[in-house]
Amino acid sequence: MTDFTPNEMMTIAASRELSNDDVCFVGIGAPSAACNVARLTHAPDITLIYESGTVGTKPDVLPLSIGDGELCDTALFTVSVPEMFRYWLQGGRITTGFLGGAQIDKFANLNTTVVGPYDHPKVRLPGGGGAPEIASNCGRIFITMALSKRGFVEKLPFITSMGHGEGGDHRERLGMKTKGPTRIITDLCILEPDPVTKELTVVSIHQGVTRDEIVDNCGWPIKFAEDVIDTPVPTEIELATLRDINARTKKAHQGNKEAA
Amino acid sequence: MAKIVSLAEAIGDNVRDGDTVAMEGFTHLIPYAAGHEVIRQGRKDLFLVRMTPDILYDQLIGVGAARGMKFSWGGNPGVGSLHRFRDAVENQWPRPLEIEEHSHAAMANAYEAGAANLPFAMLRGYIGADLPKVNPNIKQVTCPFTSEVLAAVPAIRPDVTIIHAQRADRKGNVLLEGIVGVQKEAVLAARRSIVTVEEIVDELAPPSPNSVVLPTWAVTAVSHVPGGAFPSYAHGYYPRSNAFYIGWDEIARDRDSFTAWIKENVLEASPEDFARHAGKKPAKAA
Repeated sequence: MTDFTPNEMMTIAASRELSNDDVCFVGIGAPSAACNVARLTHAPDITLIYESGTVGTKPDVLPLSIGDGELCDTALFTVSVPEMFRYWLQGGRITTGFLGGAQIDKFANLNTTVVGPYDHPKVRLPGGGGAPEIASNCGRIFITMALSKRGFVEKLPFITSMGHGEGGDHRERLGMKTKGPTRIITDLCILEPDPVTKELTVVSIHQGVTRDEIVDNCGWPIKFAEDVIDTPVPTEIELATLRDINARTKKAHQGNKEAA
Repeated sequence: MAKIVSLAEAIGDNVRDGDTVAMEGFTHLIPYAAGHEVIRQGRKDLFLVRMTPDILYDQLIGVGAARGMKFSWGGNPGVGSLHRFRDAVENQWPRPLEIEEHSHAAMANAYEAGAANLPFAMLRGYIGADLPKVNPNIKQVTCPFTSEVLAAVPAIRPDVTIIHAQRADRKGNVLLEGIVGVQKEAVLAARRSIVTVEEIVDELAPPSPNSVVLPTWAVTAVSHVPGGAFPSYAHGYYPRSNAFYIGWDEIARDRDSFTAWIKENVLEASPEDFARHAGKKPAKAA
């Protein structure tokens, strides 16, 4: 096996979570790469949906934006944005939502809105977009983001989208029937919510990563499950697929640089 | 009936200081040329509405044309921050910006409610999220049949909606294709509407009986501005310039380089300058 980067391991581990039966609402960035690697390897019949309204899309290069023409050109069909959010997402047709985020807490709540107070933010982030309703309306949620002290924090300044709230049965208490975040795939390890407390717990560690590294890169005292497994290393096919699509994407996005 | 006029006339007649203005287009068909004309004509105190502010509203905010903005995702897609938007919110430059922030689902529902002539939209949304704590325009409504509590937001009713479309016929009937976003709803929700188009043709020839068509009697003004969505794209005409979106990050990061860019590419430019981006090519990203 050739060498691979932590980021490649993260994307490939995330891609393995998906199967042919998934109808997946795809977030841009790392989730988009993982979903398309899944489609190009073990899950060729997966249905990928982007919030711009493209359903069953099979992009040849990864989109830079959520609404690149590539997504519409390769989709089975394209609907309006109100139809996407009302009939398909709120209608309960999506099995899996795949999100990234700027910050996450131990109950898998996400912040992409502000750092600091909302009215006088230190850093104004883009905001929620589709995430608040993706998080509550998809059957289950996968999250992929690199493990770091800045990103994995004890307390979020703002909850953009709810994961397991305050933990335990908080989702049920708010009337939600969906599972919420079930797997968090990072560049060092994979986390799952504890079945009872819903606190994120390490269940799988990537090759060459130590427990100390994981502890040092997390903003709260992170717990390890009783049985922690080794994440299987990327196969040659997985790695080649990821590198190919990244190379095609880089080439495509560096095209016509001109002023308006 | 829509008037087919120059872009300068369309903006001059229909966009007024203080207006609530929606310029829509979900990544695709963003009306850049029209937005630049609004800047050139010096419109001010606008309340801007748009799901994804994108570079276009970064430009309008950066020149100080906006008093406020209603939105649901304020970033440069796939690239990072909108630096002019951030400078306005974090440092009140060049003026403070009142923000009303929603989720995509709420904005889409609110446009649809506006088009349907309803006062508010409801959705199963914002559950466990903090936005309702900071946005007084997110409230709750109880279903009279099941007692389920749902989120409610006011309908969006812009004074004027501006969109870009592929083509219009000589009567002013408009056809949109590809990622159609919320443009139909945004036009039907507004008092007045302006549509810039790639082409004006003798026969609209919609490709399907179910095509997205805005009839001339539902549109106020149509202007022929080929290339008018650049650096966004027009499906079937020209691709999104992802390279421009990536390059904008550096231009907008600095107040001086932003101001110089606006002077050269907006204030000293004209709608005809967009024509060099036009052309019939596949909509693959470039």
